[in-house]
This record gives sequence, structure tokens and C-alpha cells, in this order.
Amino acid sequence: MTIEGIANLLKEKFPDAGIEARLESRHPHVIVKPEHWLTVAEFLRNDPQLKFDWLRCITGVDYIEDKQLAAIYDFHSTQRPAQSDGLWSARGELSVKVLAPRDNPMVPSVCHLWGAADWHERETYDLVGINFQNHPDSVDDLNGRHPRRILCPDDWQGHPLQKDYEFPLEYHGIPAVTEFGQTRPLHG
Amino acid sequence: MSWIENRFEEGLIVTSLDWAINWGRSNAIWPMTFGLACCAIEMMAVGASRFDIDRFGAGAFRATPRQSDLMIVAGTVTYKMASRVKRLYHQMPEPKYVIAMGACTIGGGPYFKHGYHVVKGVDLVVPVDVYVPGCPPRPEALLEGLMRLQDKIRGQSIAKDRWRDVKEEAFASA
Amino acid sequence: MADTVLESRPDLNLDVVRDEIGDVRTEEMLVNMGPQHPSTHGVLRIVLRTDGEMVLEAVPHIGYLHRCAEKIGENVAPYQYIPYTDRMDYLAGMNNNLAFSLAIEALTGLEVPKRAQVIRVIFAEMNRIASHLVSMGAYGLDMGAFTPFLYAFRERERILDLFEASCGARLTYSYITIGGVTDDVPERFIDVCREYLDYFEPKIAEYNNLLSFNHIFVKRTANVGIISAEKAINWGLSGPSLRGSGVKWDLRKVHPDCGYDEYDFDIPVGQGLKGQLGDCWDRYFVRIQEMQQSVRIVRQALDKLAGTPGEYKHKSGKSVKLPKDEIYYEIEGARGQLGFFIQGDGSQIPYRVKARGPSYCNLSITNEVVKDCLLADVPAIIGSIDVVMGEVDR
Repeated sequence: MTIEGIANLLKEKFPDAGIEARLESRHPHVIVKPEHWLTVAEFLRNDPQLKFDWLRCITGVDYIEDKQLAAIYDFHSTQRPAQSDGLWSARGELSVKVLAPRDNPMVPSVCHLWGAADWHERETYDLVGINFQNHPDSVDDLNGRHPRRILCPDDWQGHPLQKDYEFPLEYHGIPAVTEFGQTRPLHG
Repeated sequence: MSWIENRFEEGLIVTSLDWAINWGRSNAIWPMTFGLACCAIEMMAVGASRFDIDRFGAGAFRATPRQSDLMIVAGTVTYKMASRVKRLYHQMPEPKYVIAMGACTIGGGPYFKHGYHVVKGVDLVVPVDVYVPGCPPRPEALLEGLMRLQDKIRGQSIAKDRWRDVKEEAFASA
Repeated sequence: MADTVLESRPDLNLDVVRDEIGDVRTEEMLVNMGPQHPSTHGVLRIVLRTDGEMVLEAVPHIGYLHRCAEKIGENVAPYQYIPYTDRMDYLAGMNNNLAFSLAIEALTGLEVPKRAQVIRVIFAEMNRIASHLVSMGAYGLDMGAFTPFLYAFRERERILDLFEASCGARLTYSYITIGGVTDDVPERFIDVCREYLDYFEPKIAEYNNLLSFNHIFVKRTANVGIISAEKAINWGLSGPSLRGSGVKWDLRKVHPDCGYDEYDFDIPVGQGLKGQLGDCWDRYFVRIQEMQQSVRIVRQALDKLAGTPGEYKHKSGKSVKLPKDEIYYEIEGARGQLGFFIQGDGSQIPYRVKARGPSYCNLSITNEVVKDCLLADVPAIIGSIDVVMGEVDR
């Protein structure tokens, strides 16, 4: 099924999910509103025609000018081999972009549908700051309930890949000032 | 060797004993298996067939800091890792030495400017004896660094170190 | 353990059961493995909740090597970013260079000369061999066999010599670059490389005798850490870890780029030869067989290179301007599907660069596999997934 066909099918099924297709891009994708993402994801995963069973990647992008954070999902749909050589083939590829407002970036977690989403969502929260609701590995702290950080330490401040991120000046007593003269050794 | 170190007043002639102890120490440096990043692969290459660090008596890679004399910090040290590096260093018995291998450990290397999570030099965390530049350094460079460390060990003395108190104080405050 | 047995057999008298199975229940214990541990392949830390020798839960903690590569990608031009891709998967730098270059070329529509494509295939496959050699040697080390490591590095050094003659670096090559490769192959490269392949190919049988079919090694790895095909796909595994589960999927066949469709090669998959399909031994053996296939590809590519004169690089590769568009591009790296997402904004510097490291996804299945295994099997499982932490943490 082509991406155009998938987009039309989704538009038909979910008329109020704000589905838009960007087909002219080199990375053709479908845009979905975050509040409808969970039902769309379940459809993509379970529909016998589509069956996108392989989540390849989740990318977080900070579109600061549009005041939006995007979670971009890339899917494969695998097909068991029909030929004698046993080679698995792709039934289709799909990219979905979920755009969330920058001041309240809430996107439902899809960990129960794709196991791979677990770490990708944690990373996207850690680096870009998209809060995936109902993530199985969540913690509560001053920032509310959010997925546990994965790459940065748990007490890290801010989300480094946001465009307005400010670098820390020190971390637990280790200076981090990126002025060559100021980061020289303290020991003899 | 604390039972003998710093027990003799300055000026007491201990050169032959020094020579014997340093000969032993410098030719049996046991490094810790402590690979962080890319440089660790070159460190593995140093231990493997062609370069063979065993020729210099430093081939007994120990898996625990408690049995090793030398920590080769091979790779980028991050803030998350820094406290572990420090702890491992403190777990090593005296006398202990540190080689900073590669640009990242010397001063942040290619990650200096935009690396928000990279320690700008492992010498901010633990004291370093020998710096081996390169990204990553060639195995020959690490062997050279090892030989410079051996030179340094040969210059040690068990006589009283007049700067010992000052050094310890500086290290404690760091 | 004893509890679950008791729950399943409520009819039994407790004392009788205790006598039957022995009172094996022990206190639960948290074991911290890493970040400094010889068999975690770098700075991986796993917190294991154990009941005696059984692992009840394994929580991997990563990020000890988080080097901010994606932030750097937003601040430097693509041509300057190539060296950072080397340092992601530092065992297969060429493959990472290739993935990023292809992504940028696909985004900008840059044409790569034919000769450069052939050179790329040669170096990517040679690097795959070198990477699998380290993987094999290190896996032997994990399982307590030191000798295979020495043999693997002996062969690997000669591959590195070839790379060094071509680009001057042993580990971080930056050889494959945007628009082609940085330099043509040196004189006599084809002969020397062919000589090496003739030398290397019989060695694979030697590794099989030494390690693959070694009784102790098989006992340690067969029937351990079984991953079914469905599970592997659900957790986004790729590369040898996926093929070890019997899924014959390889991007070199599915979406051939760089002219991979012109070469004749097979995709080895796990067959459950020594145990159940998808166990550690299968994943290991897929890598050994892949080395054989890579040799085949390189031989064909060398023949092709001799008959493909011309440019090795597109002139404007250094100063590409990225359109206001995005791309997600994946290739089959040594460890699996290595992808780059690049968002351009009309300038020379990308707006966003995201790397999908195959090891990152492969490692995320750890808890699923390690659960209910023996503590001693944990290094076997981690080693068979073959992670490179530089790529996991980026």
C-alpha cells in the first residue's frame, strides 16, 4: 500500500484526527494530532491490511518557530516470505509525525503496541522533552509525571536538544565552562 | 608499600633500595580493564597480537581496581561516568598511576565545544600522570606513554616527600 | 522459585514439597553489573534483581557515554560531522560514514560517481569483517576463551593496514564522505586486498574449529537467551541479532543502495543448529557466516573496481546546501539498521540530526531476554547482542 493510500484510509477512518499527508517531502509522512494518536496507532498496528509491526525509530524535533515539538515515528511492515529463498520483504513503510504544543508537549505512549517504543520514548523525553503519557517506566518529580531519563543523569536539568537549551556551568562540582582557560586542572 | 615509604628522613641515602623497588614497580604495571569508548579498542589492540603490551610487563589486565596499579582512562568521560571514575580511582591501592589516553580525556577533544555532557578533561576528576594525545592514539603512542610512565616511576624515592602534606591537602580540597 | 511451585500445586503438603525440591528460596539480592565490568563491552550498567542464581529482573542503565553527538550535528556542517559518525560505532566507522553520507546525498540529490560506489562497498564490507572479528574475539573473552581474541585481532590488524594505506587512520576513518570517498584507493590496493582475502577465507574454518563448535562454548551459548522472531521484530531488533532469530531480512537486499543489487551474496540466518532457534549461538554464528558473505562481496567488488575508472568524488560534496526538507535513511550496518534522520532548513547546517543506533534498539530487549536466566548467562546474552556503547549512548 502506498503512503497516499494509507493517508486516505486514515482520513476516512479518523475524520477528526486532523490527518494531513505530506507527500511531496523526501520523507513522506502523515501528521496526526496527539489526542488521536493512540487510536490511530492501534489501527496501524492491528489492521490486517497495514500491520505495521516494526517501529524503527522515534525522532523528536523542536520546531521552536512554530512553537511545536514533533515526535516522528518511522515504521516498517514486515511480510513473511512467500518466495522459496525465504527472504522477508517489506509490505510498506510509513512515517507519522505527531505535533504537540511546546508549552504542554503531551503525547500518549505506544509502548504496549511496540516494545521498541520504550527506550525511544524515554530518549525523546530526555533529549527533546516530549512527555509520553502512561509510559510504563515513569517517575514523579517536580516536573510532574514523565518517563524516566535514559541518557542524561536523573538529576539533569532541561532537555538538551531543545533549541533554547542552556549548557550547565557545572555538574556536581565539576566545572563545565567552555572557556579554555577556565577548565584547566585543579590538581598539582 | 606504606610500611617503608616516608619513614626515612630526607638525605638518608636509599638509592639502591629505590632502584630495586622502582625496577620492580616499573616492570610490572598491572593496568585495569577500563575501556570507555573508541580508545578502548586501541587499548585492546595494544594488548593483542601485534603490539603486545606484555613486552613491557604491563599485560596483566585486571578486571578489578583493587588489583591494579594503572588506570588507562581510554575514552570520553561524561558527567554520568565521572563519579564512577573517581570511585574506581579511590579503590585502587597505592602506588597508583593514571594515563589519560586520547583527546577526550585530555581536554574534551572533539566534544569540547558542544558537548554539554562531556567532562572537559579527566584531570578535573582524578590526577593524571601521563597524557597520550591522539584521537584515538595509535597503539605505539600508548606504548610510548607507558614507557614515559616507567621513566616517572624510576624517578620515585621512598625517602620523605617534603611536599606530601601540601599535595594531600590540595587533593582533599579538590 | 519455590513459591511458584507451591502456588501451582496447592494440593501438596508444604513440608513434603520442601523435601522434594529442597528449600531453595533465598533472599532477593540486587547485583550491580557495570559500568566498569569486563564483559559489558564498555560502560553498560545492568542492575540485576536475583534470587540465588536466577535473574528476576534486569534493568539496563545507559548514558555513561552520552557524548551529545546529536547536538553537535545541529551545529556543524555535514562534511564536518562525518568524523563524529566514526566515533558512534567505533568498530565499524566506515558503515557509519556511509549511512550519514547516503542520508545527506538522498536529501540533497547529490550524484555519487560509479567508482566511489564500488569503493564504498569494498570498505563497508571490509569493515563489517573487522567488526565481526572483534565481536567474535570479545565474545570468546566473555565466555572465558582468551585465544580467539588474539587470532581475531591478528586478522583485524591486516584489515586496518589496508584502511590505513587508504585513509591514514586505524579506527576513525572519515574515508567515506559526502559525494564519494576522500581519496582514491592506493596503488596495488586490489592485489593486496585480494591477497588478504585469500589469506583470510580459510581462517573462518579455523575459528569454527577453535570456537564455534567448541564443546564448552556451545554449552555456554546454545539454548541460552532465546528470542523469537515476533519478539525480535516487536522490539525493533535488526542486523545479526534479528537474523539469528531466523528472520531473513537485510536492507542490502530489501532496499539495495550503493549498487548492492549487483552483487551476488546470501543472507545467513539462524537455524537452531545447536539448540533452539534464536539462541545466543545462532546470533554468534550468523556473524561468522556473514564474514564469509562479505568476502564474497568484496571479491566481486574488486573485480568491478578494476573495470570502473573515473572520479572517486563529487566536487560539491564539501559545501552541500540542505533543502528545507527532511529525510530518514537507513542502511544495513555491521550491527543492524543504522539510520539517520536529518532535517534541513535551507542553510548549510542541519536543523536536526538524529542517529538511530542499531545497538540501542538491540539492547532495549535485554530485560525481556535476561529475565529468568541464570546469572552466569547474562554476559553470554549481552555479548551475543554485540553492543557498542558509543552507538547506544551517542
